[in-house]
This record gives sequence, C-alpha cells and structure tokens, in this order.
Amino acid sequence: MSFINYSSREINCKIVYYGPGLCGKTTNLQYIYKKTNPEQKGKLISLATETERTLFFDFLPLALGDIKGFRVRFHLYTVPGQVFYAASRKLILKGVDGVVFVADSQIDRMEANIESLEDLKINLSEQGYDLEKLPFVIQYNKRDLPNIVPVDELNKVLNPNGVPYFEAVATQGTGVFETLKGIAKLVLLELKKNY
Amino acid sequence: MTNTAINLVMYEDEFKKIDEELQRLYQQSNAKLVFLVDKNGQLIAIAGETHNVDTTSLASLTAGNIAATGGMARLLGEKEFSLIYNEGERDNVHISLVGQWVILVVVFDQRSSLGLVRLRVKKSSEVLARIFDEIHQKAESAKKEGKIEESPFAEITDEDIDKLFR
Repeated sequence: MSFINYSSREINCKIVYYGPGLCGKTTNLQYIYKKTNPEQKGKLISLATETERTLFFDFLPLALGDIKGFRVRFHLYTVPGQVFYAASRKLILKGVDGVVFVADSQIDRMEANIESLEDLKINLSEQGYDLEKLPFVIQYNKRDLPNIVPVDELNKVLNPNGVPYFEAVATQGTGVFETLKGIAKLVLLELKKNY
Repeated sequence: MTNTAINLVMYEDEFKKIDEELQRLYQQSNAKLVFLVDKNGQLIAIAGETHNVDTTSLASLTAGNIAATGGMARLLGEKEFSLIYNEGERDNVHISLVGQWVILVVVFDQRSSLGLVRLRVKKSSEVLARIFDEIHQKAESAKKEGKIEESPFAEITDEDIDKLFR
C-alpha cells in the first residue's frame, strides 16, 4: 500500500526482503546502505539480538530520486528469518508493495528455502495479498559458495512462475543493486497500473 | 491486488487540515513533538521540535511497536490495545490509535503531564479520525467510479525508472 502525498509531492513504497534464516537479507540492506550517497538514505535500523540475528526487522529508508516531479522513497524492510519468529514476520508484511525473496543457494538450505517461501505465501494471504499478483523478485544468494544448487534447478523449485531472478553474492555486493532495481521497477509499474 | 486496502492518497486540502490539528495539539498539550504515522510506518505529518530528530526512523519504529502490540492483543483475545505509553527519565511517549488507519504520537517532557496529553489527544483524535474517514471515503468512491484523474504516474516510463538508479 503505497502512500502518495500530493502536498509534499512524495511517493512512499514498502519493499520487504523475505527468506530463511541466514540467507543474507540483512547483508543486502547493509550493502545498499554502504553504497548509497548520504543524502539519499536515512539510518539503517536493526532490531537484532546480541548475536546479530534479526529479532524484529531491519529498516532502511532510501530516496533515490524524482519521477514526474514526485520524490520516490523506498522503505526497505527485512523480516527475521528464524522459524520461531513467525509472529513478528507476519507483521512486517503489512502494507507491503513488493517482495524480494532471498534464497540461500546452498544444497543443504533447499528445504529451508521451500519452507520459507510457503510461509511467505501463507502470511501474505492472511493479509489479503496473493504473491502471484504482488510485485515479486527472487535473489539466489551465496553464488560464491562451493556446494550450491544450479540456477536452473533453483528456478524449477522456487520460481515456477518465472518471476525476475538475480544471482548474488550479497557479502561482496554482487547482484544486490540489480535485485533492488528489479523490484523497484515492478513496484513503480504497479503504481502506474493502479493510478 | 486482492488486498482490500486502498492506497493512501493525500491532497493539499486534507493535509492542511491534518497539519492544523497537529499544530493545535502540539500547543495545547505543551508537547515537544507530535506526529502522525500510518500503520505501515510512513510518516504523514509532524509538528513541534523536529530538529535533530530522525523522523523517518521514528515513524517506522512506531508502526512496528503498534503492530507488535496488536499481535499481542490478538493472542490474548483482545481486538487491539489502543494505547502505548513509554516513560523515560526526560521524555515520555504517548502512542495511540486514531480510527483504524493511523497512529498518533506525542512526545513530551516535564513541561506537560500525562493527564493533559491524554485529554488533548482524545479531542484531537476525534477530529483526525473524521478527516481520515473522509480521505478514505473519497479514495474509495474515486476508485468505484473509475475516476482516477490527473495521475502523474500513468506516464511512468522505463527510462524514468532507470534514471533513479544512475
């Protein structure tokens, strides 16, 4: 649910990074934060445990520029990936405009990916959303690790509808901005459809 | 989108009314800062001492707070808890729901009191709730009639979007 303010000439859109525990959602936001000009970003807020596991959410506001005289702001959120934070995870999806699913490419994390994607669909439907109708992209993260699933295989299992996907190594920044751009584009095109 | 929620669109007139009400509340409650956030964490309007305050982050955390409290309420069989109060050594924060759409936050120190804030918040909430009802009614009837005019976004091009990432 984007917020369009004609008075301040701003559009605000909410993008949520979803995925299993330790797949690299927070790392994506940290890289974006590191590489964005100071005037384009706000503070990166992390509500995390002492061991740096996301407890509630990470939040990064970005103002990338103007479209048709409106300042476009993206609010990026991550969810806590760990299974037992289900209740908190659900809350973050409220009012979402676009979802990035960050999948962990490692073979032994496939189960976790599938489980998390199912969890996403259920949580969205509880909020009245349908993943198939929402701006949605997938990021295959950790492509630099040795025991990884080939992209074809990942697409077969996680991306049957053929949404845009991006290969990434979030720790090095590879694919991070491509993913953000991919979802931003879909969100803005959705805005065009609805207005 | 299957979601029943409609996008929040705010025009100059309504914004002015909201701003006036927030200014009134700010003065009458002797607050330091008064702001309105939608339930998704987006700041709608603000009045008071805003310098050196990261309002965007405050807005997002406020919505997270309300969402978490709402989650607790449902687990306990309540519809929602309509009020959160945080007491600090210097500043206190009074967070309350206005209608079903927005969250009103008042930050105050010893120049005011909880009683005064509660009283003034109650009055302003009624006014603000009416304004937001109007906004939503307007948006819904516009949607029904398919009357979505003067859209600045109908003409977004791929080039516009690419430009954001240059």
